[in-house]
Amino acid sequence: MGLLNKLDNIESFETGNFVFSTVESLLNWGRLSSIWQMGFGLACCAIEFMAANASNFDMMRFGVIPRPSPRHSDVIIISGTVTLKMATRVKRLYEQMPDPKYVISMGSCSNCGGPYWEHGYHVLKGVDRVIPVDVYVPGCPPRPEALLEGLIRLRDKVRHQSLSKA
Amino acid sequence: MNAVPIEAIHADLLSKFSDMIGDLRREPAETGTAYIVVKAEWIRDVCLYLRDDPHYLMNNLNLLSCVDFREIKGQEYQGQLGVVYHMSSLQPVGDEWKTIHSVAIRSYVPLSDPHIPSVARVWRTADWHEREGYDMFGIIFDGHPDLRRILLPSDWEGYPLRKDYKTPDYYNGMKVPY
Repeated sequence: MGLLNKLDNIESFETGNFVFSTVESLLNWGRLSSIWQMGFGLACCAIEFMAANASNFDMMRFGVIPRPSPRHSDVIIISGTVTLKMATRVKRLYEQMPDPKYVISMGSCSNCGGPYWEHGYHVLKGVDRVIPVDVYVPGCPPRPEALLEGLIRLRDKVRHQSLSKA
Repeated sequence: MNAVPIEAIHADLLSKFSDMIGDLRREPAETGTAYIVVKAEWIRDVCLYLRDDPHYLMNNLNLLSCVDFREIKGQEYQGQLGVVYHMSSLQPVGDEWKTIHSVAIRSYVPLSDPHIPSVARVWRTADWHEREGYDMFGIIFDGHPDLRRILLPSDWEGYPLRKDYKTPDYYNGMKVPY
């Protein structure tokens, strides 16, 4: 961080403190270090999600800050059962987020319908039927450690994404 | 105010409303909760009487629930929809509020024309309960102030807790079955 901040300062070149980097890895580094999430919870997974945000698990150490608006956020964590009534709202929230945007599907319900897979007439069987999902976190509900693992997977994905390829 | 057993309430209702009141029954026969069967057209009057009569003062509607009885074999209500009202009298005793007595009332409505008077004007609690009954079973509560769906989206088709309900294949372009 300290070295990268000095990239703007021509003085630093004279003292020898500079780094070489590609634009791609610099952008990816910036993106993965400040994944702002949308403050948004749907069902019981949201309780574990809140625990992951609180001090014991402290998601903020990865630069994850809950934001009150989809227009501020980089990632939406679908934490819980997506009913058909909610699915249209989830889709709209996703569309309101600025690019680049990422989706973590948390828990069995939003992965595939969970316990509602057979008789849940009102449940969307997987949020990937409405919006594209980057990381699936299994569990019912997943423990906060599992969500942190999902977040680290997302960081890996962001680290290796390319500007030239879509 | 003294607790009144359900047998006494049933006898009193029989004397006031005569043949609009059915049997006092228990299901299962010995251990189940007792309920009084009331003709659907009279449910609002019976509820109003139980709420306002100084012997009962049923000021609290615990629960209003709907049942689809169509697959219950060998009963006179087979093939009908039912509405069950659980009400109780909640009164101050010393420093605290206690349930003095309670009663369960059941009404049957035909599947082909499920109309029943609303009790939303008797207890405000019934407002949302009746909307849920309409949402899930399609029972029309006549006289309800705002009868529309409460849980499902307003453009939903069908009544999901009816026994013959089929899950739709698509809802607004979203595939529903697994």
